[in-house]
Amino acid sequence: MRGKSASSVTAAGVVLRAEGSKTIVELHGDWTVETVGRMDATLRDVEESVAPGDIVIDLSDLGLIDTAGAYIIGRVTRRCSQPDGDFHFIGEHPTARRLIEEVRARTTICAQEEEAGYGFMQALSRIGAGIEAVMREALDTFAFLGKTIITGFRTLANPQRLRLTPTIWAMEEVGVNAMPIIAVLSFFIGAVVAYMGANLLQTLGFSVFTVELVGIAVLREFGVLITAIMLAGRSDSAFTAQIGSMKMQQEIDAMRVLGLDPFEALVLPRVIACVLMAPLLTFGAMIAGIFGGMIVAWSAQDISPTLFIARFHQELPWDHFLVGMSKAPVFGLVVAIIGCRQGMMVSGDVESLGRRVTASVVQSIFAVIVLEAMFAMMYLELGI
Amino acid sequence: MSEDILISVRGLRTAFGRHVVHENLDLDIRRGEIMGLVGGSGTGKTVLLNSILGLKEPDGGDILFNGRRFSQMSALERLKVNSRWGVLFQNGALFTSLTVLENVMAPLREHVDMPPALMEEIASMKIGLSGLAPDVGDRYPSELSGGMRKRVALARALALDPEILFLDEPTAGLDPIGAAAFDSLILELSQALGLTVLMITHDLDSLHAICDRVAVLADKRVAAVAPIEALLRNPHPWIQEYFHGPRGRAALAGKES
Repeated sequence: MRGKSASSVTAAGVVLRAEGSKTIVELHGDWTVETVGRMDATLRDVEESVAPGDIVIDLSDLGLIDTAGAYIIGRVTRRCSQPDGDFHFIGEHPTARRLIEEVRARTTICAQEEEAGYGFMQALSRIGAGIEAVMREALDTFAFLGKTIITGFRTLANPQRLRLTPTIWAMEEVGVNAMPIIAVLSFFIGAVVAYMGANLLQTLGFSVFTVELVGIAVLREFGVLITAIMLAGRSDSAFTAQIGSMKMQQEIDAMRVLGLDPFEALVLPRVIACVLMAPLLTFGAMIAGIFGGMIVAWSAQDISPTLFIARFHQELPWDHFLVGMSKAPVFGLVVAIIGCRQGMMVSGDVESLGRRVTASVVQSIFAVIVLEAMFAMMYLELGI
Repeated sequence: MSEDILISVRGLRTAFGRHVVHENLDLDIRRGEIMGLVGGSGTGKTVLLNSILGLKEPDGGDILFNGRRFSQMSALERLKVNSRWGVLFQNGALFTSLTVLENVMAPLREHVDMPPALMEEIASMKIGLSGLAPDVGDRYPSELSGGMRKRVALARALALDPEILFLDEPTAGLDPIGAAAFDSLILELSQALGLTVLMITHDLDSLHAICDRVAVLADKRVAAVAPIEALLRNPHPWIQEYFHGPRGRAALAGKES
């Protein structure tokens, strides 16, 4: 494209002319990346229909040419024994021949992979691959859990190896800093449960049962569930992002080379923090939820706080509280393990970081809900 | 003047807050030449490149392309001019979510109307042109080595057959053999395609090997523009130290031997 600016490009054209046994391909106008698109089909036709030895390219009326033009012109004779032989070309052009040869010398077209179709078999194979991936993820997560537990026992046998400062820092991050948002959420959930129950129970004349409704719902399920979901959304994603960005910067590799065990230094503090803080957060969430229910009961149904608390003591056994609390450390453990594992799975590029953070949140919320259902069945069978 | 000036920078001023990087900077790039741009760290080589590319608005002065002022062009005209330019950024700046072939096809898809099959063939040709094996086409940038990434970035920069190629430290981080191969590739391409090249580099060997002229950034402006033989005799203290320091002498000796 030397000597002219882009605006002066004229359209490319091609005229085919038979002369004896030869087919002459006359090129007209400018053959640049902007113009050659329309010539593609015609030249492919020539390449396929004319015997390779009989193609002659007439360059005399050719205008500008660039590598795209050179490629598409050179392609016409690519099946010949001597693609750049002089008998293939007539007419003079200052740069065309050289450029065509140059481009041909460096061109090797990559074979494109066959696009997967959208047939029934493909659908089945995608479902199969998806199920296999889920199974493998689950298996790997258990392996990660096992490795963490082994590291935990090793640290237990040798307690001065515990990284106290990172553990305390993680406890502050996971626990103290999350308390306000969890308490507020739980307060509203408690209030909503009280409202929903109040309407129904009032029509039956049992409004005082609101106390039991709020108590059982918040103590058994909502306190711990809100905590676990907030941990998954807040701490689990942070774990993945922190560990993942360290992985991307090769910090994890550096730790391994320096003889630091990443499980000991990064994973264990976070897991310990989650397991210890989850019950405390759950306790806070329970208090806030019951408080929310109590406020609604007081304002909407005239159940005074004194009556509410007295009935609470009288009617609700400790079992509900213990059931709720027993789930908290399990959820904390699951969330921390999934978050740390996904962080360790991040590879070199930025995109995998984003994908892993998403996967981490989705997996931990999924795991929490599934475990919640299993706990419910277990306690039902046990009659607690 | 018989010289065919493609880009000229006139009285450019660039400042970040109160920190002035360029003051009254002039630079002319001739059509068809390979110009090297050198300067100490922090003298604003990449900033100058960004100003020419239009990624940074100049705080004063103007840049002319083919004799037309950028400040008087409409955004559309500017876009059209930019589509005729190829840029190789310092770290490649490949799109991580696209394969190598798709990366090279991206400018074609955007600016040119042609059948997808031809687009793929042309992109493959550019990949070959930048010295890569054809089978890298379906790999992702994260699976490539640093040198391969630079070559893919070069292929993408060449996708639209640009008039001008801007290279920001093309050989940084390459091994000496790879760097020499890259140099000869750029030289060959610029001769075969009639490219104008502006390249920022610290590689004294590439300066000696392929640059027609070298511009030196110092004291907030272009302190000197000359072929490298003339620069060696320039009395400016920084230029003397740069070309006659231990590394400069080694590169010079390497060229002479």
